[in-house]
Amino acid sequence: MKRAFPILGVLTAILLSYALYEALVAAPTEQTMGDVQRIFYYHVPSAWTAFTLFLINFVASILYLVRRNPAADIVALVSAEVGVVFCAVVLVTGPIWARPVWGIWWAPGDIRLTSTLVLWLIYVSYLVLRRFSSSGQTPTLAAALAVLGALCVPFVYFSIWFFRTQHPQPVMGGGGSIDPRMLHVLLINWLAFMCFAFLVCWSRYRLESLQREVDQAHALESLMDPHGSMR
Amino acid sequence: MSAPTGVTRVTLLKDLRLEWRSKDAINSMLFFSLLVVVVFSFSFDPTAEESRQIAGGLIWVAFLFAAVVALNQTWARETRNQVLDAYRVSPASANSLFVAKVLGNFIFVTVLEALMTPLFIVFYRLRALGPVWQLLLIAVLGTWALVVNGTFFTAISLRTRSREIMLPLLLFPISIPAILAMVQSTTAILNGESAHFYIVLLATYDLVFTTVCLLLFETVLNAE
Repeated sequence: MKRAFPILGVLTAILLSYALYEALVAAPTEQTMGDVQRIFYYHVPSAWTAFTLFLINFVASILYLVRRNPAADIVALVSAEVGVVFCAVVLVTGPIWARPVWGIWWAPGDIRLTSTLVLWLIYVSYLVLRRFSSSGQTPTLAAALAVLGALCVPFVYFSIWFFRTQHPQPVMGGGGSIDPRMLHVLLINWLAFMCFAFLVCWSRYRLESLQREVDQAHALESLMDPHGSMR
Repeated sequence: MSAPTGVTRVTLLKDLRLEWRSKDAINSMLFFSLLVVVVFSFSFDPTAEESRQIAGGLIWVAFLFAAVVALNQTWARETRNQVLDAYRVSPASANSLFVAKVLGNFIFVTVLEALMTPLFIVFYRLRALGPVWQLLLIAVLGTWALVVNGTFFTAISLRTRSREIMLPLLLFPISIPAILAMVQSTTAILNGESAHFYIVLLATYDLVFTTVCLLLFETVLNAE
């Protein structure tokens, strides 16, 4: 398993550079928006990756509540952390694109923008809770919050149902249409982003399990040697 | 089945009696929302037409912040002298304690709303163009949404450092759909539009979150 990590790292690096070339050079320039549209190849794959990671967080949290499996807790923590980063990328690239195209940075009350922002807020509060609670109870409390947060998502969507949207129609499962060459670049970028997210999650997972082992060893040591004397 | 309801009743009556004698929560909530009303009416000085547009948001934001004051005290009493630990080792069901706390907070916040709403009407010259009974329904459903989630998240924030700040950080993001529904429906009724969709949404929200909180509360209470 450990040997697979550098191989996957190299593969991801190649894939990311290829996707960068495809997005900036190979993809056709959009007719009305021009080169600004190319941010789309970062915005949309980041959103898909973030949503996938939040889904993983939800499943892992339920798994933790049912089975009390520490690995599930680490997966939940790691996917929420990386998901928040990708969601932040979505929230930053969106306004950069919107400013030249819409003429405004942010459209308050837009259904897609608001729901993504609320999603980001929910998972930031999840990470804040993890940071502020004492270690033994953190997994359970965080898992409970994650379940409630995930259940909140459909309500967020419905509560702004009547808000108008000027966001482009979704590429998948919506009314949007896209040039097949653009779709090709988009999917390559998504693949690259998913590989990258997986890589970061993996190394974060290893780091977190090592950290917990070290903490346990420290706790054990202080139990064995309460006065702190040298053996 | 008599045991859980008995526990609920006793805990609820105890909390109400404590509050009746000390009046800690209700006084601070009342004064806080009074300040919100006064400060906002000075800073906006709205006409009757404008206040119809902003009052829905204003009322609910004031009640939300005031409710946090009451919610933060929910479990504080029980941590003194390890009452909560005693409760955990007792055979009483965790959910009956939870229901008692939710009902207690619901009563506090409802009393606050009943006292503050006339002031809002006076200060903002409000006159609803839609059916007023629907406003009552929204108040009950909305208060329940805030209080159920609030009581649950106070139980979580109790185990954290700087717990008084943690509660709004946890409660507000998850409550955004409920708050949006309350504000939108109140504004709709004040302007004589239909709020049917939002009332159904709020009722569904209440149902889902009450169920999940009841399912998870025992886990959270016993988290070690």
